[in-house]
Amino acid sequence: MIRGRSLSPSWILLGGAVLLGLLDRPLGLGLVDPMRGVLVFALLGLGLNVVTGFTGLLHLGMAAFMAIGAYAFAIGTCDIYPFQLGFWPAMVLTVVVGAVAGFLLGAPTLGLRGDYLAIVTLGFGEIVQDVMKNMDAITKGTQGINPLPPPVLPGVGELGSEEGPWYWLFLGLLVLAVMACRNLERSRTGRAWLAVREDELAASCMGIAPIPAKMYAFATGAALAAMAGGLWASLYASTGEPGNYDFQVSILALCIVIVGGMGSIDGVLVGSLAMIGVANIALPKLAAWLQARGVVDPSNVLGSPNNWKYLVFGVVLMVMMRVRPEGLLPARLGRVGGGR
Amino acid sequence: MHAIAHLATLTPLAVAAALQAEPATAEAASGVLGQQIVTGLSNGMIIALIAIGYTMVYGIIELINFAHGDLCTLGAFFALMLVGALGMEAWSGVAGMAGVVLLLAGAAAFCALFNWSIDRVVYRPLRSAPKLTLLVSAIGCSFVLVNLALFWGGLPMEVFGGGVAAAAPKDFPAMVPDSSLLPDAWDSWVSAEAFLRSSPSWNDPSVWWLTWAPRVALAVLVKSRELNFTTSDLLVWCVTLPLMVALTGLVRCTRLGKAMRAVAQNPTAASLMGIDVDRVIGAAFLIGGALGGFASVIYALYNNTISFQMGYRTGMDAFTAAVLGGIGSMPGAVVGGLLIGVARAISDGYIEARWTNSVVFAILIATLVFRPSGLLGAKLRDKV
Repeated sequence: MIRGRSLSPSWILLGGAVLLGLLDRPLGLGLVDPMRGVLVFALLGLGLNVVTGFTGLLHLGMAAFMAIGAYAFAIGTCDIYPFQLGFWPAMVLTVVVGAVAGFLLGAPTLGLRGDYLAIVTLGFGEIVQDVMKNMDAITKGTQGINPLPPPVLPGVGELGSEEGPWYWLFLGLLVLAVMACRNLERSRTGRAWLAVREDELAASCMGIAPIPAKMYAFATGAALAAMAGGLWASLYASTGEPGNYDFQVSILALCIVIVGGMGSIDGVLVGSLAMIGVANIALPKLAAWLQARGVVDPSNVLGSPNNWKYLVFGVVLMVMMRVRPEGLLPARLGRVGGGR
Repeated sequence: MHAIAHLATLTPLAVAAALQAEPATAEAASGVLGQQIVTGLSNGMIIALIAIGYTMVYGIIELINFAHGDLCTLGAFFALMLVGALGMEAWSGVAGMAGVVLLLAGAAAFCALFNWSIDRVVYRPLRSAPKLTLLVSAIGCSFVLVNLALFWGGLPMEVFGGGVAAAAPKDFPAMVPDSSLLPDAWDSWVSAEAFLRSSPSWNDPSVWWLTWAPRVALAVLVKSRELNFTTSDLLVWCVTLPLMVALTGLVRCTRLGKAMRAVAQNPTAASLMGIDVDRVIGAAFLIGGALGGFASVIYALYNNTISFQMGYRTGMDAFTAAVLGGIGSMPGAVVGGLLIGVARAISDGYIEARWTNSVVFAILIATLVFRPSGLLGAKLRDKV
């Protein structure tokens, strides 16, 4: 706890987000709308960071938990189902369902070696997507579940088409999640995660049971991802089609964690700003700017920024692995609980 | 509803009832199953070729080469471009056959060199890095290849639809006719049966040991009358089987094969014995890539449609096959490929096509959880 509660990059970034929320309208930046996506993906990244960053388990199916969260939230709130919960009870339900799903996936598989575990999580992600698509009696197939009622917050009322309240809601939840993750990292469980990541054999010799520790990590990560999914569904008043939660999303989450720095909460925030900011804000703006000047032809395959996403993700992963595998804001070993 | 009806015909009771009530139904059902097995085996051969690429690389550097499936996509796009550039759709007869050979050779060379360069540029600098670092860059590489295929499909060329919809699946011309080979053969079997029946020993039980083999053969042939074994099936078998035999020979009998086995067993010891480890790994990528190139052309000729995302799907099937057979084992990859091909076909027929991918992933997960060493693989142990 060398740095303690001093001004870490996380708080600077979150402070910047607060400032952005305050200044966006007066300055007419129009950034609050796309920034909501950044906040949701930061939550997803925090979840993956618990699994991959803290515990060192490569997870390639994070989108599945996002999907599970989105569908749990939708089934909890949508008026075609009998539950019709409010926003907060439904969010609690979403998080619990996510955690249980994480346990269920983790229980039989966590004894596997690293790369095999990664493949199992990938397969799980694909199966969940197929289930959402094919069990149309419950999940409405490719239409997705909609419309979801807008959340009602005390003192604000119903969240409608105005962006501001959504932004503050998401930002508030993200701040809570960041605080939770920081405390978890320093807790007994969190230290067990780091120990298992550094050396599973040594950790088990020191009295840490690796499988239960990994299981907690899976459940925690899944819960955070489910929360991100629930918020995403709530924002668009629909789960969207199951194909929205595909392998690409899982890889995007992985990019966020890797670019930021594995095991670093500051890194997740920087990573989500960099990746989603580039994909959802910078690329469209660049494309609009280029098209307005007639530099590129939108009918050309190279002209649409959407067509460059895979390339950007792929190059980012490869370059980071080669040049700076520890990420932009690497976690500092020894910060937690002394050591070194 | 369809699925339930199919499942019902599978239960022995229902089969027996159908045999008594309406023999034609049972025969048709078995004909469908047989057909699915034939189609499944042909697809399985293609999967097996790709699976060998996964298993070779994994056996040597313990990397799940995520980009391998997408490399095959690029191979198929390269082949389609060759078709368009040379105007091969119009070639027929001997020229058509020569065209197929040209496509196979071209795509194999392209994929081999491409795969080798990927190893040289992306993986080789990471040889001493942790395994997950390598895996993540393989995923990144896979994404880059997918995107290249997307751009490639958007080229303003006639075969790619004039560059209009880059992401749309592309039609691959049916250069190998889809005509059935069996009916002609069937006629000769009928005369063979007549010939046999006319012989005096056919109906004499005391010489059963002379006649049982032709009887079984005839029974199988009667069943196979329902089957549709086409020229493109034949092509698949004629390309894949010799390749597998050649590869086995290469690994078993050549110096390079010996070096590969040595590196797979222990890279450090192999390099101490004077083996150029990087060269051997490069050769594995070269050979795996060439097999992927062959597979991509056969896939395209067999299915007649390619898309920029097909590599992910086929790649996962092939990887599942490699794991099922025992990753690192080449015969295992072939067995696994055939099993996955048949499992896919049966799932398409008796469960529902929309669940088939889930079935494959379920097989993958079940194998990894219950028998991580696969069917033919050696016991795995973590190298500490």
